[in-house]
Amino acid sequence: MATEDNEVEDHRPLVLIHHLPSFKLPLQDRLITHFRLFDSLASPEASSVRALMCVGPTPVTADTLDRLPSLRLVVGSSAGLDHVDLAECHRRGIAVTNSGDAYSENVADYAVALLLDVLRRVSAADRFVRSGLWPQMGEYPLGRKLGGKRIGIVGLGSIGSEVAKRLVAFGCTVAYNSRNKKPSVLYPYYANVHDLAVNSDVLIVCCALTNETYHIINKDVLTALGKEGVIINVGRGALVDEKELVQFLVQGEIVGAGLDVFENEPNIPKELFALDNVVLSPHLAVLTPESFEALNEVIIANLKAFFSNKPLLSPFQQE
Amino acid sequence: MESIDVLMLCPMISYLEQELDRRFNVLKLWTAPEKSQFIKDHSATIRAIAGDGGHGADAEMIEALPRLEIVSSFSVGVDKIDLEKCREKGIRVTYTPDVLTDEVADLAIGLIMAVLRRLCESDRYVRSGKWKKGDFKLTTKFTGKTVGIIGLGRIGMAIAKRAEAFNCPICYYSRTEKPDTKYKYYPSVLELASNCEILVVACSLTAETRHIVNREVMNALGPKGVLINIGRGPHIDEPELVSALVEGRLGGAGLDVYEHEPEVPEELFGLENVVLLPHVGTATVETRKAMADLVVGNLEAHFSNKPLLTPLV
Repeated sequence: MATEDNEVEDHRPLVLIHHLPSFKLPLQDRLITHFRLFDSLASPEASSVRALMCVGPTPVTADTLDRLPSLRLVVGSSAGLDHVDLAECHRRGIAVTNSGDAYSENVADYAVALLLDVLRRVSAADRFVRSGLWPQMGEYPLGRKLGGKRIGIVGLGSIGSEVAKRLVAFGCTVAYNSRNKKPSVLYPYYANVHDLAVNSDVLIVCCALTNETYHIINKDVLTALGKEGVIINVGRGALVDEKELVQFLVQGEIVGAGLDVFENEPNIPKELFALDNVVLSPHLAVLTPESFEALNEVIIANLKAFFSNKPLLSPFQQE
Repeated sequence: MESIDVLMLCPMISYLEQELDRRFNVLKLWTAPEKSQFIKDHSATIRAIAGDGGHGADAEMIEALPRLEIVSSFSVGVDKIDLEKCREKGIRVTYTPDVLTDEVADLAIGLIMAVLRRLCESDRYVRSGKWKKGDFKLTTKFTGKTVGIIGLGRIGMAIAKRAEAFNCPICYYSRTEKPDTKYKYYPSVLELASNCEILVVACSLTAETRHIVNREVMNALGPKGVLINIGRGPHIDEPELVSALVEGRLGGAGLDVYEHEPEVPEELFGLENVVLLPHVGTATVETRKAMADLVVGNLEAHFSNKPLLTPLV
């Protein structure tokens, strides 16, 4: 016998959840209250769905888009969107959003944490204590002062700005490189990363990975940074010429590096394992419950805005 | 000045030893087979002591050196010096404030982040090859967490300033409330611990502050709370700390100091919610040099009858 419940229409808009089989993101429960979800490109609903939510780095290629003729929106769940064919989306009039500010504070926190760890040898000294060496060896080698260091931020977007704000409180000075100079920003601007490196003690890489920024940290930049230099990468592995960086670290041509991302995750150049002047992290700058809460808000806000024809919250912008 | 005998209590950075050697006749206590005999042998000529945070002049040593005029410490912590005795006998005491404030505050934040974001553990995870088998777990955000500071002196204030850049609300406990700060004051460490998520020990070690962080305080901080010690080991009841961590009554700890350095309770080695550092609060090339310059500068000033640079007594 039909009940009143069964007669209520489902007004929830349709959203395709585009994910790799192994990749889970703890978002679905919240989305279901607002949207009707399906997750297979083979489903008949693929022809009419207008919005796609991309879970993690699942590729969105021209082929993917070919199977979604009504698609008008791709909602990303990361800050970086190098797994999305942005040019194709643009060509087809498909808007793309990213995680907006949801991750910025966590990633900025993490960049500062990595820098402190490298300069003050936190992880290396912790290993030293746990190995029982302190009573035998007395002193641990000295680290380096953070205060007064010249910080060069590569990509002064939402994350880069939060990094700058934090490091200023430690007595550091900040300069940056971005695709374009930002008129409202008071930090000194350098038109290219080489010049930024010449004038910095630390380079913090926070920019998006694009064709232009591939290997933006290369041998020339590392040389310009100098022997007292530190590299922190919380962007994408391919922003840094990893082979060159390894050489510089092994030869002691820079002071150290803090790396959350690598060119071929989860594979890491094994030379790094023997080094104390590098801090290695398994791509987890965003992995806190707070990030996912904030991400939920951004994703739902973007989808709701789209379906009510309002401006999107976090349309993807190049820095 | 080369004829002035300075008793150096322990090895220190070679820069400091060299600079002292150039100006004074340095007697190296740690090279003596029998320390009290060594002191007796030189008691008629020792006019100054150079010590550090872990090695100072107690009443016995002061009594044994009738010509002692000044104790110059390579530290800001002076709990190993009998200050009362020095005052009584008119002996000057100098230390190294300010030049190390930023350094120690930086490390406090570094410890907080390393504990909350499990930096050391995740670095181990990568180095052991575990990343190939699966992702690391979630960790906890730092931005926005309430930070409670015990002791709002130079170092405490510097920690507060840095934590504010992470949008952390700041609260504190001090012997007396500070009228010109905007941070929230709690009249007891217990109340402070009950109202913050990260508790940082940044006060000096005195008879009153020994074991200021005890079992009750740690329970109040709780299973999600994090305790950071950049003060002195005896600020925390160490056996209670170990059991609080092992039993999960305390969420985590970042320690730079211990009750019996360099001994560290071995139960801590197996814990992943703990970061253990070998007393490196001031351990950078830049800061140790600045501290050394103060030690030497103070001794030089004293023996040239000039005003001391950084006197405490």
